[in-house]
Amino acid sequence: MALEFSPETYKKFEETVNRYPKKEAAMLPVLFLAQREFGHLGEEAIAYVAKIMEQPPARVHGVVSFYTMLNMKPIGRHHIQVCRTLPCALRGAEKITGFIKQRLGIEVGHTTADGRFTLSEVECLASCGTAPMMQIGDDYYENLTEEKVMEILGELK
Amino acid sequence: MEKILLRNIDVPDLHTLMVYKSRGGYSAWEKVVRSMKPEQLIDEVKASGLRGRGGAGFPTGMKWGFVPKDSPKPKYLVCNADESEPGTFKDRLLIEKDPHAVVEGTLIAAYAIQCHTAFIYIRGELAFGAKRLEQAVDEAAQAGYIGKNILGSGYDLDLVVHRGAGAYICGEETALLSSLEGGRGWPKVKPPFPATHGLFGCPTVVNNVETLAALPWILEHGASAYAAMGTEKSKGTKLFSVGGHISKPGVYELEMGYPFKKFLEEDCGGVPNGRKLKGVIPGGGSMPVLRPDEIEKVNLDYESVQAAGSFLGSGGVIVMDDTTCMVRAAWNLARFFAHESCGQCSPCREGCHWMEKIFHRIESGAGEKDDLELILNVSGNIMGNTICPFGDAAAMPAAAFVKKYRDEFEEHIAQKRCTLRME
Repeated sequence: MALEFSPETYKKFEETVNRYPKKEAAMLPVLFLAQREFGHLGEEAIAYVAKIMEQPPARVHGVVSFYTMLNMKPIGRHHIQVCRTLPCALRGAEKITGFIKQRLGIEVGHTTADGRFTLSEVECLASCGTAPMMQIGDDYYENLTEEKVMEILGELK
Repeated sequence: MEKILLRNIDVPDLHTLMVYKSRGGYSAWEKVVRSMKPEQLIDEVKASGLRGRGGAGFPTGMKWGFVPKDSPKPKYLVCNADESEPGTFKDRLLIEKDPHAVVEGTLIAAYAIQCHTAFIYIRGELAFGAKRLEQAVDEAAQAGYIGKNILGSGYDLDLVVHRGAGAYICGEETALLSSLEGGRGWPKVKPPFPATHGLFGCPTVVNNVETLAALPWILEHGASAYAAMGTEKSKGTKLFSVGGHISKPGVYELEMGYPFKKFLEEDCGGVPNGRKLKGVIPGGGSMPVLRPDEIEKVNLDYESVQAAGSFLGSGGVIVMDDTTCMVRAAWNLARFFAHESCGQCSPCREGCHWMEKIFHRIESGAGEKDDLELILNVSGNIMGNTICPFGDAAAMPAAAFVKKYRDEFEEHIAQKRCTLRME
């Protein structure tokens, strides 16, 4: 069965599109809706978004592959993103990443076997004054230490 | 010094309309929409000397003045909240703690160019900030500050908070507009400038968060009060976000022209743990690093930092102490640019990756004799040869690291290892 939005999400889609002067301007918010609904943006999801946005699938594919927050492949329930850019690196970001790798037993870019965590390194998240830091889902975790990381990971089911 | 941007920042619940209004919030907007003509407003902001705080420092009032008044096309105002420059976290503070100031500034700018749709383009990662802005927009709309016939003035304005999806380049204004048009964040050739050919080919102004947040104060206190602060060419105050090896990291508001060395040593508490300063990037990761001897007489204003061979940029200050491996620091930033290049122009798309690879091989002990000349050559061939300033932003810091810390690079190559491993 082809993917499609639930009636509630479809309503949100229509509201979102109506806020913009042109339908195509709503591409990113609609892709966020799709990612929330479908988990990730694979070819089927891209085809569906292309259809409802009245855009060629290639254009949607080009957009999805351009932005780091849009995932073309499935990811874990909790997406751990450790900032690796200079201000964080100066304050021990590599050690934090190393610690997480060791705790979870995975490399950067991988997902734990139980599907709980995906670990990524990302570029500057505008949190340099509270480095090192990471983002998990929507939330920022700042001034990290190994103890703090252990506690945070333990709390995420 | 009187604070302008951070004057209320520590007030509890400042993000709510009630508290923001209790501190005088939206009185500037009321004054503007009820009693000012757009030309008057533009003249006032021109007279204040306010310059764009996103990095380029272009005069704000002049930018507004480029928008054609009789255009048959719709016009747009975009608040650039895509803060992604390494070392920069000033806009995030305003967005999260004082979102109504950002909204009020956006409304004022929209009125100046007489547009009826405005956007706040916020980087997607700042989910909390986006929520704060959306709440502020909702509250302001309920209070009648946004919408149809605002405060009985006959002026209509809609304001949409739009989230990016993770791409540094979208902070560049033409890339931001490509992204807002629903495409990849690809920069466009200028001219034509967005003021005449912006969003969907319509006249558009893009202003940074900090620029817009300064507007309510300027309208309340008058252009001359703002122009009385700062230096001859850099007026008013500016936010500086300080990170790296520094005792008191954070966001500071300084009067333009404040001595750089004094700022780092006194206000920020200097380099911690009894270590010494080795280098400092004054304006975000795309600006050339300065050695300690180069900042002796530098003041924090556009002209003084430029005279020292760097740029004030976004005001993102990255401090490095004497334990820092400058090869690794250069590699780190080169990796950033290689990751973030949008891929349109060959010199940038290819060159950024080459620089990253060469820095990496020097750091990991496989550097070759001619590598430093090669980096300077690649960097020189990117400079000025790309559609947008990203190319220069990647090339300038790479060349500066090599030129200013050449001994350290040569030692890495000669000894075939990192001689100063950074943690």
